[in-house]
Amino acid sequence: MTQRLPISLSGPTVYSPAMITELGHFCLILAFAVAILQASLPLLGAETGRLRWMALGPPLATLQVALIAAAFAALVHAFVTSDFSLKVVYENSHTAKPMIYKVAGTWGNHEGSMLLWVLILALFGACAGWFGSGLPPALRARALSVQAMIGAAFLAFILFTSNPFLRLASPPFDGRDLNPLLQDVGLAFHPPFLYLGYVGLSMAFSFAMAALIEGRVDAAWARWVRPWTLAAWIFLTIGIALGSWWAYYELGWGGFWFWDPVENASLMPWLFAAALLHSAIVVEKREVLKAWTILLAVLAFGFSLIGTFLVRSGVITSVHAFANDPERGVFILMILGVFIGGGLTLFALRADRMQARGAFALVSREGALVLNNILLAVAAFVVFIGTIWPLVAEAAFDRKLSVGAPFFDAAFTPLMVLLAIALPLGAILPWKRGRLTGAARTLVAAALLALAVMALAFAVNSGRSALAPIGILLGVWLVAGACIDLWLRAGRTPSRLTRLPRADWGRGIAHSGLGVTFIGIACLTGWSTEDIRTVKVGESFPLGAYQVVLQAVEEGEGPNYLTTMATMRVLKGGAEVAVLHPEKRVYPVAAMPTTEAAIANGFRDDIYLVLGDAQADGSWAIRSYVKAFANWIWAGSLMMAFGGALSLSDRRLRVGAGARRQPLAQPAE
Amino acid sequence: MRGLLLAAVLVLAGPAFAVQPDEILADPALEARARALSEGLRCPVCQGETIDESNAPIARDMRLVLRERLVAGDSDAEAVAYLTDRYGEFILFRPRATGANLFLWFAAPVLLLSALVGAGLYVRRSRAAERSGPLSEAEEARLAELLKD
Repeated sequence: MTQRLPISLSGPTVYSPAMITELGHFCLILAFAVAILQASLPLLGAETGRLRWMALGPPLATLQVALIAAAFAALVHAFVTSDFSLKVVYENSHTAKPMIYKVAGTWGNHEGSMLLWVLILALFGACAGWFGSGLPPALRARALSVQAMIGAAFLAFILFTSNPFLRLASPPFDGRDLNPLLQDVGLAFHPPFLYLGYVGLSMAFSFAMAALIEGRVDAAWARWVRPWTLAAWIFLTIGIALGSWWAYYELGWGGFWFWDPVENASLMPWLFAAALLHSAIVVEKREVLKAWTILLAVLAFGFSLIGTFLVRSGVITSVHAFANDPERGVFILMILGVFIGGGLTLFALRADRMQARGAFALVSREGALVLNNILLAVAAFVVFIGTIWPLVAEAAFDRKLSVGAPFFDAAFTPLMVLLAIALPLGAILPWKRGRLTGAARTLVAAALLALAVMALAFAVNSGRSALAPIGILLGVWLVAGACIDLWLRAGRTPSRLTRLPRADWGRGIAHSGLGVTFIGIACLTGWSTEDIRTVKVGESFPLGAYQVVLQAVEEGEGPNYLTTMATMRVLKGGAEVAVLHPEKRVYPVAAMPTTEAAIANGFRDDIYLVLGDAQADGSWAIRSYVKAFANWIWAGSLMMAFGGALSLSDRRLRVGAGARRQPLAQPAE
Repeated sequence: MRGLLLAAVLVLAGPAFAVQPDEILADPALEARARALSEGLRCPVCQGETIDESNAPIARDMRLVLRERLVAGDSDAEAVAYLTDRYGEFILFRPRATGANLFLWFAAPVLLLSALVGAGLYVRRSRAAERSGPLSEAEEARLAELLKD
């Protein structure tokens, strides 16, 4: 590979990778300027009634996203061509790294990931411009300005504290490589999905702010906000599931959720988004819960920002790490303060204008959705307080303590159990007023089925914890309840099932997905078995109902790593089920060893093998698991996301459709 | 170059996973207790890993000490206390429900109850308002008074 020289100062300027980088940097600065214009002009126009200023919103939003996209493309180009004169490329890439991880490396670091963050933010803003022509012009102008305020704040954050286009004075020959744990397909796509989710909630926030400024919320508003929230929630669901799946197969002991602050940072907005998309239904159908829905919109995006702060400031590792290098953290904290504080202040000033139009009984669909909202919001609060408590305790009480899985399991699980019990009942209650006994009678079949399956589960439980059977009870109750709900909606007529609106199917599938995930989590936790032992090549050992043979252990070499790879046969009743190759890898450039578990995926059981160290007597340490129902966790998550997507594709809900059909303040129903 | 890489492998190849075969106790009941306890204890030098998951030498030491205490006949609480006396409450992933931590443990249940009560009151009030039309200020105050009881 020839070393290209940077732009020469004399003679005609020709193509040069360095020039592309500089153009990218320039585009980013220009985008900042455009964002400031977009943050002020449409808003001023809306306040003073100048239609032409308001109309500047969409073109400015388009220009902003185009500029940021150009900057992002320039950074991808630098990673792909391994331009080590850029500090981020040097610190996070290497010439020998496979191409897909060179591209993914663009967002596998702080600077690049923040650039992706603002790119998605600007993209959502532009979408409001492109698809929002049916919206009241003033509402759209204000929302676009709020969106650009967020954009300008984060563009300033990037330019002043986290600039990906910083150069090294003397470019090294090769880079320091990406953390090998992150060189993985699951993780390559995990951040973009999460960001689409986090940042998608900015739309709900911007429209909530615009509605507060106008002092008006109606069904058309909810019909506009709900698809965006739903889209953000779908992306968050997929992003969280990808991250959890990655942890399961990559970290080497088959855990799927660790209540790690970074995971919690994504769970909080997910919970609030789930609450918001349900409460927006109530606003849309019944024009009640308006103020609460606005508050949820502020909180959902607020917790996205809090998550960004927790992850990006380093405050989580230790209060002291944060205090020693506070530049970035303080900047994000200021952004956080301005937007959450501003949002809540505006809410406090204007919320009383959001008069409800109707009333409802405690036992009604509205009441059930209020319960859903309370449970989800309190669950998010549990996650929040558990995540920040170590910081609070250290800063305020000088106690260095930890909050981990035992706390979250104890505090979070009961809320989810309540949610699961109430969900099928709430979903079939009528609007305004219902009867609990009637709903319970309709669902007797679901309850009986769930109890019967739980009894079966207890029969095979053989003295293990009751966790798995109880999880199965709740899961089957949810799935069966969703089926009965669909059956009732189709008027108990099979032929009408196919003609149900997609939103109904989406709801049924998403709620069933929650049940499937419940079953997966409970069975994985309660029914998995583990075996740790040393094995000589040629020996076999029993693992649950299986027999495992260690056939060979060989050295090998990958594109940018060295490997020690075992060949292991898994037998059941003498017949071969799978041949697996667990590995130990070393990435010399990053100076890091990793274990690559080998997994035989199954409908019920995963067989999960991990190769350990060579022992003095020539045998190998082997850790093996039978992971029960593991794939149900992610299958359920995908069902939730698919259900959401189906609902999103419903004609009645298509982005902007409602807003177009319900012009201005004409309230629906 | 290959020699160099090989040297790197030898230097870097640390223990690949947490609990090593040689740590496991012969008594399965004691071992199960040790595993359950070590899943709730934090490795002091890692980023949020339990000593059960961690590859750090100190985590291994703690696992061994924990097993020694159990073999010596300590109860679960005594064995954990032995470790917290030396490493502080930082290693407890389940924070003690004492002092300021009471807020951590009770904030969510209190929030849940007050949210449920608050929502119930809101629903009743809005239904009352719907039945009788908009209330005068005096009626509003009287209603609030009544709902307090």
